[in-house]
Amino acid sequence: MPVSSTHYLFLSLLLFSIGIMGTLMRRNAIIIFMCIELMLNAVNLLLVAFSKIYSDADAQLFVFFIMVVAAAEVAVGLAVIVMMYRKVHSVDINILNRLKH
Amino acid sequence: MDIYSILFWFLSAMAVGCALGVILSRNPVNSVMFLILTFFAISGHYILMNAQFLAVVNIIVYAGAIMVLFLFVIMLMNLNADVEPQKGMMIQLAGVISGGTLFLVVLMGLTTAKSELIDPRSSDIGLISNLGKVLFTRYVLPFEISSVLFLSAMIGAVVIGKKENIPASDKTEIV
Repeated sequence: MPVSSTHYLFLSLLLFSIGIMGTLMRRNAIIIFMCIELMLNAVNLLLVAFSKIYSDADAQLFVFFIMVVAAAEVAVGLAVIVMMYRKVHSVDINILNRLKH
Repeated sequence: MDIYSILFWFLSAMAVGCALGVILSRNPVNSVMFLILTFFAISGHYILMNAQFLAVVNIIVYAGAIMVLFLFVIMLMNLNADVEPQKGMMIQLAGVISGGTLFLVVLMGLTTAKSELIDPRSSDIGLISNLGKVLFTRYVLPFEISSVLFLSAMIGAVVIGKKENIPASDKTEIV
């Protein structure tokens, strides 16, 4: 069976769903952050697949800009996590439930 | 079954298996290692689809820079398996059901999508000369704006991560 766009759709959908599951399942803030990176990469994979199918370079540049935004996001997000660790000495997100009460 | 299909299935299995390893392993360092393997599998997909530049950038930026940053923070905090608390069984089950429901819903929505065959022959779209031409003509404004974004992210990270001013008497216990 030759590889078609449907294969790539399902593969990136599977990776995206795994990222969602990880985000909902884990309590460690760093793992949740890594699952968000996984979801970004699932989207990147699909963009590259459609760039290949339609012979269009624009999609690959979108992937490039997504990587740029992800790098900036990681820099700020990890700074926030380190700050949180310094305050409460844990990366457990269940501690941060003050808005709930 | 041609070589393209064999490589596709191998890299897909590697990506999905390692992604499952990310969310299932108890030790955060193992999670980071699995995520790096996932990124390598995705880079393999990029090479398969003639996006060589993105494959190299993916390895350098993601597997090289971002994941090292994660690893650095994890080792800085000295996290390991027995420190991490676990969510209750019901919450984990709810997470899996929610993710699986999303998967099934979008899967059903996509079954009627038109299927386009991937041309396994090579093309020069993903080469850096072609991408650079497009980047510096049509996308030159987003490119410049992304440099401003990087600058603000850098300043933001420094400002957030900076130690607050604390009285001299308390300084010893914070370290």
